[in-house]
Amino acid sequence: MTENITPIWEVFIRARNGNAHRHAGSIHAADAEMAMQAARDIYTRREEGNSLWVVRSSDIHASDPGDGGMMFDPAADKIYRHPTFYELPEDVGNM
Amino acid sequence: MYTQALNSETVVSTIDDEQKMTAFQARIDREEKIEPNDWMPAAYRKTLIRQISQHAHSEIVGMLPEGNWVTRAPSLKRKAALLAKIQDEGGHGLYLYCAAETLGVTREHLVDQLLSGKAKYSSIFNYPTLNWADVGVVGWLVDGAAIMNQIPLCRCSYGPYARAMIRVCKEESFHQRQGYELLLQMMKGSEDLKEMVQDAVNRMWWPSLMMFGPSDGVSEHSSNSMRWKIKRFTNDDLRQKFVDATVPQAKILGVTLPDPDLVFDEVSGNWKYGEPDWAEFKRVIAGHGVCNKQRLKDRISAHENGAWVREAALVYAEKQKSRMAQSAA
Repeated sequence: MTENITPIWEVFIRARNGNAHRHAGSIHAADAEMAMQAARDIYTRREEGNSLWVVRSSDIHASDPGDGGMMFDPAADKIYRHPTFYELPEDVGNM
Repeated sequence: MYTQALNSETVVSTIDDEQKMTAFQARIDREEKIEPNDWMPAAYRKTLIRQISQHAHSEIVGMLPEGNWVTRAPSLKRKAALLAKIQDEGGHGLYLYCAAETLGVTREHLVDQLLSGKAKYSSIFNYPTLNWADVGVVGWLVDGAAIMNQIPLCRCSYGPYARAMIRVCKEESFHQRQGYELLLQMMKGSEDLKEMVQDAVNRMWWPSLMMFGPSDGVSEHSSNSMRWKIKRFTNDDLRQKFVDATVPQAKILGVTLPDPDLVFDEVSGNWKYGEPDWAEFKRVIAGHGVCNKQRLKDRISAHENGAWVREAALVYAEKQKSRMAQSAA
């Protein structure tokens, strides 16, 4: 007998008015509505936020950790993308 | 409990419910952010779509005057910085287009509005960049004015716009500093180099002041935008802040700002400045600036030359989908 698998969902919480939602963790649920209720019960018992998103984990496409070097290292030697690379006299103040 | 997907079609009633309107204004007054799925008046949505898409178009068109100098940058350092800056502008345009799309409008529609000339972008990008110092002056004055305008937008009442602006502002400081540093270096050079800087400042000063838009008395969008906290300061307030910040920087640089009426007012603590040429502003906005036609032509050709890439990407995605379906069957 094969048991039907309950899918896994990723839970995102908006901690405060105006903030972006941040990933909080995962939850098992049969559908979106149940995922929302379960996420509310599991992740927001202590006023962790004021808005929830649930997304099917299988809908998330993640970068391959093996590609980390190729993806992100090229930014490491581009110090000229940072404001501190440019030297200004002190009396200019904040710019 | 709603589990509705974001960005679904929103039906906007032509007559906005008065009760909803009152509740909406109360949320704004409490400094609550409005998010994509929240109820909002049709005019609020329309104002935001117009403003955010114009802002996005400005970032994209703004790549052109600087792109003009990439191949002629005087050193590898300056070339790398200029390329990185232009790349940032492209990124800013993309953050902003996406923020506009959360309001239920498609990217294709927004781009079409730009290319057909229906949508506006900042008047400043219709001026030419004639000498290398222009690249520095664009960073110092144009990005300086943009920063002045964008910092209060980080507190805009519409969440996705405010969050996009926080990202943009974090990246702008480099833009202004590389420009100012470039000018400082030129001002240490020969008389010719100094003259180039002064010439660029003379041409860019007034158009930079015009970036803040018409005076408060004649700005048609200001009062609703202020009430809805899309804007936090009026055009004239922001222009004044910009002038006050810029005058001391011009002095350190050793250039003159081309305004005989510029004088420090002891009472208000502000620099009083002359009246920008609003007739010129109107001409440029109406499409009759030096570079309007060239800018649009360049955008249209970039869009048309990129059409095969967009088509190929969609066809490839379809093919992958049908292959997946086949292997699953």
